[in-house]
Amino acid sequence: MKALVIIRLKDGILDPQGEAVRQAVRALDKAKVSNVRIGKIIEIEIDGADKTSAEKSVKAMCDKLLANPVTEDYQIVDIS
Amino acid sequence: MKLAVVRFPGSNCDHDLLHALKFRLGFDAEYVWWGKKTLEGYDMAFLSGGFSFGDYLRAGAIATLTPVMGAVTEFAGKGKPVLGICNGFQILTEAKLLPGALLHNSSMKFICDDVNVKVETANSPFTGKLPKGEVLSMPVAHMEGRYVADDVTLKKLEVEDRVLLRYCDAEGLVDDGANPNGSISGIAGVLSEKRNVAGLMPHPERACEKLLGGEDGIKFLQSIVGQIQG
Repeated sequence: MKALVIIRLKDGILDPQGEAVRQAVRALDKAKVSNVRIGKIIEIEIDGADKTSAEKSVKAMCDKLLANPVTEDYQIVDIS
Repeated sequence: MKLAVVRFPGSNCDHDLLHALKFRLGFDAEYVWWGKKTLEGYDMAFLSGGFSFGDYLRAGAIATLTPVMGAVTEFAGKGKPVLGICNGFQILTEAKLLPGALLHNSSMKFICDDVNVKVETANSPFTGKLPKGEVLSMPVAHMEGRYVADDVTLKKLEVEDRVLLRYCDAEGLVDDGANPNGSISGIAGVLSEKRNVAGLMPHPERACEKLLGGEDGIKFLQSIVGQIQG
């Protein structure tokens, strides 16, 4: 099983990296880029698990380690 | 009285801290390996600065899963004092022993500089021998030092007098100009609900020798251990 997890900074939390990129892409392109937020994509491969148990494991990993609930939200976008 | 200096792979302020505690202050202090499962026999634990486990994923996150952090949690649960400095502070927030989190500096630059911090409360086992309002000069060296907490947590910290230190100017004025990293309300250090766990971003152990730029760190460390000793 392979899971794809996206970790995002919560709304309202300043993302200085995203802000630096926003300014850079504005210099690159004339499009009015008003906001850029940068997160993480984590790919996890799990051997010998069915979808339900893999999903449960990935959720536990996100809750315990992969995302910090104080500052981040996570989304398991795919598991197959 | 015995002090534990907990070290992880990637810790790099452990030597300075042990030097300050043992050779500048004369306490019985020793290193504790991250694989240790108990802190029995120690009276206080220090989590030193550095880049534990490379700061991969998030600063301090991976260190929370080590056996010694189980021991630190148990130790803190018994009301014993635990202090995290820099990466140690990040680890304590990641371990949920302290509220909030530490994110990238608002400038996105690694900051290595001397800062002034003001003692915001003397009601703690860490600052009880320092007068409230005392301004200390200590170095900071961090990439992720911007303290964040949600509104409810922040209000609770203020109401319960749990802000340990705030960045300030030489006169003790707390404002944006004195805030090096964009921390909310200029917070440089906080206390746990039971006031026995604390974390701070500045490095007292790096301000313990006149030759190396200052001795205010000694005042801070002396206040802690002096108080625990009774």
